[in-house]
Amino acid sequence: MIRSEAPVLIDIRDLHARVEDQLILSGVNLTIRAGEIHALMGRNGSGKSTLSKVLAGHPAYQVTKGSVRYMGEDLLALDPEQRARIGVFLGFQYPVEIPGVSNLEFLRVSTNARRLQQGHEELDTFAFEDLVRERLGIVQMDPAFLERSVNEGFSGGEKKRNEILQMALLEPVVAILDETDSGLDIDALRIVASGVNQLANADNTTLLITHYQRLLDLIKPDYVHVMDAGRIVRSGGKDLALELEQHGYEWLDRDVANQELA
Amino acid sequence: MNSQGLVGELVSQPYKYGFVTDIETEKIPKGLDEDVVRLISAKKEEPAFLLDFRLRAYSHWLKMEEPDWAGLDYPKIDYQNVIYYAAPKQNQKKASLDEVDPKLLETFDKLGIPLSEQKRLSNVAVDAVFDSVSIATTYKEKLAEYGVVFCSISEAVSEYPDLIERYLGTVVPANDNYFAALNSAVFSDGSFVFIPKGVECPMDLSSYFRINSGDTGQFERTLIIAEEGASVSYLEGCTAPMFDTNTLHAAVVEIIALDDASVKYSTVQNWYAGNEEGVGGIYNFVTKRGQCRGARSRISWSQVETGSAITWKYPSCILLGEESVGEFYSVALTNNLQKADTGTKMIHIGPRTRSTIVSKGISAGRSANSYRGLVQIGPKAINAKNYSQCDSMLIGDQAAAKTYPYIRSQQPDSSIEHEASTCRISEDQLFYLQSRGIGFEEAVSILVSGFCRDVFNQLPMEFAAEADKLLALKLEGAVG
Repeated sequence: MIRSEAPVLIDIRDLHARVEDQLILSGVNLTIRAGEIHALMGRNGSGKSTLSKVLAGHPAYQVTKGSVRYMGEDLLALDPEQRARIGVFLGFQYPVEIPGVSNLEFLRVSTNARRLQQGHEELDTFAFEDLVRERLGIVQMDPAFLERSVNEGFSGGEKKRNEILQMALLEPVVAILDETDSGLDIDALRIVASGVNQLANADNTTLLITHYQRLLDLIKPDYVHVMDAGRIVRSGGKDLALELEQHGYEWLDRDVANQELA
Repeated sequence: MNSQGLVGELVSQPYKYGFVTDIETEKIPKGLDEDVVRLISAKKEEPAFLLDFRLRAYSHWLKMEEPDWAGLDYPKIDYQNVIYYAAPKQNQKKASLDEVDPKLLETFDKLGIPLSEQKRLSNVAVDAVFDSVSIATTYKEKLAEYGVVFCSISEAVSEYPDLIERYLGTVVPANDNYFAALNSAVFSDGSFVFIPKGVECPMDLSSYFRINSGDTGQFERTLIIAEEGASVSYLEGCTAPMFDTNTLHAAVVEIIALDDASVKYSTVQNWYAGNEEGVGGIYNFVTKRGQCRGARSRISWSQVETGSAITWKYPSCILLGEESVGEFYSVALTNNLQKADTGTKMIHIGPRTRSTIVSKGISAGRSANSYRGLVQIGPKAINAKNYSQCDSMLIGDQAAAKTYPYIRSQQPDSSIEHEASTCRISEDQLFYLQSRGIGFEEAVSILVSGFCRDVFNQLPMEFAAEADKLLALKLEGAVG
């Protein structure tokens, strides 16, 4: 939903970042307003995942230039946990397994960290169980997954559902979903997409990183951006994704080259 | 269990058991010779057999050498500069808790071990040992209704001398090793447990050891006997004040399990570990051994070792009875300049005996943490089975973790499995937790407690929560 008067949630300006000695982002600009859904596409290695990790604060990436403002605040000055607490969420492409740590406890500790930040009371074990059981419905997840260790032995689809469950509990303002559709069969894709749609509202935003139109058939983006060599080289409406699907990235290369010539 | 919730609130606490109780103490002069051994025995009005036992141990000790194979590398201990007996001054015989010095009760209150009738723990009987003596044992009468004896070993010596004479030193002989010999010569107190035939002990039994005097060694002796078909779960906790000198602690624990008996022994060891520069702390040299004497008996050791400057400890099982079972579950965490060499020995003698070893070592700071274990299968141990798993976790880049598994088998029809792993705290796991709003230190605690989960699951409920808290506390400042 595009409303030009809606508040800007995230504003990325000329963002440069590197990992070790390699420059991976070289001047990203992106402004996202409340209520919008954005899709970020591009080849492998174009910098999409790096952008998501930089936004979430992964310590391996160093920002060398540029700024990111989150609701007016300097996001890059905050630790990863503070970013999460104020409403930035990263859905991982490869959710990490944590043996020995109960999924339920993990979800509770993280939910409470967010709640405290929002000025709510912490939920005790019982109150949290009520909440989590209600939210399980959003991703049609079996409660048995709560009793297991975090992501341990989960299938690809189960891991992604667990990510969306976390999103449902944390109720982020900005949700960045990094290839949430990868490794999902059709049914799981529908469930995950439906979860994301249920959580979207006029006050938050979702940034979908994906390679495939099939996700965008289910979650309709307001904007589509294409990354190449660490920058956003093309932005447009949802038709851009369809064109990409038809012609591939090479079409875009020619197109971008033509633009630059002109 | 909401252990992870507890972790957060405790991250920023220093060693909270470091206080000293100001109480008048009766101490004998420093130093050790035969007269000191006789003096300790005389103070406790011991029967002749026990004095003999002590004197034999002392003469063995004189001929023995302090072991250095663990490579723990600590300054030489001057055994003549240690006080071998210290007791808070109070009425000789306390008929009830009302006669115990309130300062002592207060001390144990502060340690979270209330002893008084109104406040004491409802599901655990406690023997509280302060320096060299036991000051109180709760629920004695109730236990007596079941025929269970739970008292200080001094009391057992006077009340049940036959049992002491029959069992003491039969699992850990007086000349077993240097520290066991020293303990056998000078032990001052400790706990005694006797569970008669067929009795399942109605509550957990617990000993709490408190060192209060800085220059006094603590040499406690614990003896647990479970007769045929009996079972008991026993817990041990330890703390000490912060002194900048090192305090010597050399304990011996013996467990005997007859046919079908089962003993579960859990320890949370939190002796003062010294400061960040490695000054002060307890030297912890402990011999713990259980003997599965009867068929189908079972002895299970669970330990969480977080304290002490030096830990030298190998709780072991001698599996004599056929189909007997030995277990060892251990978490050892070292930080700063702590050194730990700990593990177990599983000696399979009887046929179809089984043992399980799960050891989790966590090394942080500049500490050194070794697992040292022996699995021995004797010629008669047909179809014996052992499974060992030793995992190490390194935090930071200056800590050391080592694993020394020794395996000796004289029985081809036996199976021995050994798995070992070493890992660092993974940056990806940390980031995953942080990206869900969990702070860095809490994230580390969660990962460490996940790493230790297999062992924590073996601990009694209250202990598991306590252990989790302890690890969080000990790790404070170890990362980052």
